[in-house]
Amino acid sequence: MKKLIAVLFVLVLALTIVGFNAEAAPEDFKLGIILVHDENSGYDMAHIDGVLGAQEKLGLTNDQIIFKYNIPETEACYDNAVDLAEQGCDLIISDSYGHQSYMMQAAEEYPEVTFVAATGDTAWKEPMENVANFFPHTYESRYVSGVVAGMKLKELLDSGAVKDPYVGYVGAYPYAEVVSGYTAFFLGIRSIVPEAHMDVQYTNSWYDPKAEGEAANALISRGCVIIGQHADSTGAPSAIQAAKDSGKVVYSVGYNVSMLAVAPTAALTSAQNRWDALYTPTIEKSMKGEAVPKDFSVGYANDAVQIAPLGPEVAEGTAEAVDAVIAGIIDGSLNIFDTANFTVNGETITTFLALDTDGDWAGDTGEAIENGIFYESKLISAPYFSLRIDGITELTNE
Amino acid sequence: MKKHDHKEPLFRISKSGYVPLQKAWAIRMVALLLALIVSALIIFSIVKLNPIKVYGTMFQGAFGTNKRMWVTIRDTMMLLCIGLGLAPAFKMRFWNIGAEGQVLVGGIASAACMIYLRDKVSSTAVLPIMFVCSMLAGAVWGFIPGFFKAKYGTNETLFTLMMNYIAIQLTSYFVALWENPYGSNTVGVINSRSKFGWFPPIFGQMYVLNVIIVLVLVVTIYVYLNYSKQGFEIAVVGDSENTARYCGIDVKRVIIRTMVISGAICGIAGFLAVAGAGHTISVSTAGGRGFTTIIVAWMAKFNSFVMVLFSALLVFLEKGAMEIASRYQLSDYVSSMVTGIILFFILGSEFFINFKVTLRKRFSKEVSQ
Repeated sequence: MKKLIAVLFVLVLALTIVGFNAEAAPEDFKLGIILVHDENSGYDMAHIDGVLGAQEKLGLTNDQIIFKYNIPETEACYDNAVDLAEQGCDLIISDSYGHQSYMMQAAEEYPEVTFVAATGDTAWKEPMENVANFFPHTYESRYVSGVVAGMKLKELLDSGAVKDPYVGYVGAYPYAEVVSGYTAFFLGIRSIVPEAHMDVQYTNSWYDPKAEGEAANALISRGCVIIGQHADSTGAPSAIQAAKDSGKVVYSVGYNVSMLAVAPTAALTSAQNRWDALYTPTIEKSMKGEAVPKDFSVGYANDAVQIAPLGPEVAEGTAEAVDAVIAGIIDGSLNIFDTANFTVNGETITTFLALDTDGDWAGDTGEAIENGIFYESKLISAPYFSLRIDGITELTNE
Repeated sequence: MKKHDHKEPLFRISKSGYVPLQKAWAIRMVALLLALIVSALIIFSIVKLNPIKVYGTMFQGAFGTNKRMWVTIRDTMMLLCIGLGLAPAFKMRFWNIGAEGQVLVGGIASAACMIYLRDKVSSTAVLPIMFVCSMLAGAVWGFIPGFFKAKYGTNETLFTLMMNYIAIQLTSYFVALWENPYGSNTVGVINSRSKFGWFPPIFGQMYVLNVIIVLVLVVTIYVYLNYSKQGFEIAVVGDSENTARYCGIDVKRVIIRTMVISGAICGIAGFLAVAGAGHTISVSTAGGRGFTTIIVAWMAKFNSFVMVLFSALLVFLEKGAMEIASRYQLSDYVSSMVTGIILFFILGSEFFINFKVTLRKRFSKEVSQ
């Protein structure tokens, strides 16, 4: 019996020592990252790249960063955020929109820890000081990718290969982040092909390769010749490549990652976020003990967005057109949501309240339009352009 | 053909009679130890990590901090509560595979109270209302398959399983109805500011009420199944419906009543999941626990006190596995393998408790009988 107790004692001791060793870290600062999927999703891969980029620039060790993978947008996010705080994280960043309410709940309990819900849109109205949101100017890269698509569409129309400038878009959920993105994409196309029109098909999931593929096929069968996407898998580009291989005229504009690997001839480009442009300053501020701004958003001017390498079948002159547009965005001469460029129900928009304070999902404060220009991601970091403009049809989602 | 040779097989397996409790538990412990050794070999050969360190990490994952310990307790209570719901049905040999759905409808009922009753009743009054509503919702979900089984002899396994899918679709519908923010397809934290309909912290701990409710249920179910007339009826119906009929037990009534109780307790689990843990509702509110619990109920042979142990073991393994995955940047698969091996050995140990393996006499030194 004594022997048994001795063995047990040693075992417990061994476990404790192992435990303490694992907790030890050379530096004080600790960063926790909550990802909705893992590296298999282009969106999360872009975030991981962003974190690793910041790690390199700021000289953080691997022990200082704790990743939590495949955390759904449910109470699991709260549990994991709390767990990261308990492990001594000073800054915790989640990467998906639906994580935010759970992050805010955890933030209330850990006032000394900063919680950043990337892509979230509620930090500005939270009473807590330790919460923040950030979001790159994705609408800029979407507009530029739209220009690439527009050039191709014009080439197809000019050569007679296509009669109807019909564009499709595979979207995840019907709310501002997606609406802002597809509208910027569409305006990019329309800057080249003014008569273009677009259908949007929703999948109601951020990551569902099968549903995204099916949505793309549905759009192709309706006659779409270029299909953009705001969903995180390669489902749509793969389906588009298959359709193109079978003889259809159809091209893909992706998101997050270059789609050339899955759609070597169908991919024109992808709109991409360079998250390290947001992670690095945020983490740096937190490391120095400075307050992290409640909303932080940058774009082309700060290298926060880009488009993926152009595919082999882009129209001639695309690279030059892209460079000119990017230059215009950076110097401010090109305003993507210029109200002169779109109408809603046939009318030009003169006012739009972007922020909602009473929880009815309708803006009641925050004028987004100044001097005829709708400024996106200026009042808060997350996109708020949720107008359904003329020329775009949202197909009924089941 | 040497059919009539009657050569004695190498092994003979026979049902063992009474096994002393200590021996049974000794066998289980040996099984657990063997499982740990086999897992250690696999961990070392596949991922080249020190197995002791990995086990230490698992322990850390479940109990490493005060908060983690409470989360482990909370999840154990959740699993246990569903297990308690399944126990009466299983003891009656009614294969209730529908706990998942019963938990979900209970959760929907609680979430509905949190959303529609705010500003209408006080925050202390809402909790009992939620409790009753969830219980009723679960009871209805249990009553339906129970009624059809009693009345028309439908297959309860398929029926309860199908009821899960209906409950999942129902949940999707309500998530879309209550989504917050609009268009996000998630409900988010309900009443995050006012905490209306949340369990109040007791002694500064958020999950104490979960523990109290479930422990009361543990004792109640134990007494109900072992010392009440209804519990006896359940056992008789489970062993032989004909005997039950011969004794004058109204079998149909017992089936329906037991399924209502089973569903009601699972409904309470939904209440715990929404009001006492997640404060939200989604199709993953039950999170597959309705199925995991079947293992708990079986391994514990429907004894509620033993169920506490097995629920704790399963939650420990789950938390440990998650921590391994996070700490060593492994995919969840390696840790799931460890969980699988441990469960396999523990389930296997039941075989050695219930059956005796006798070696062919020629090889066996001792001559029996």
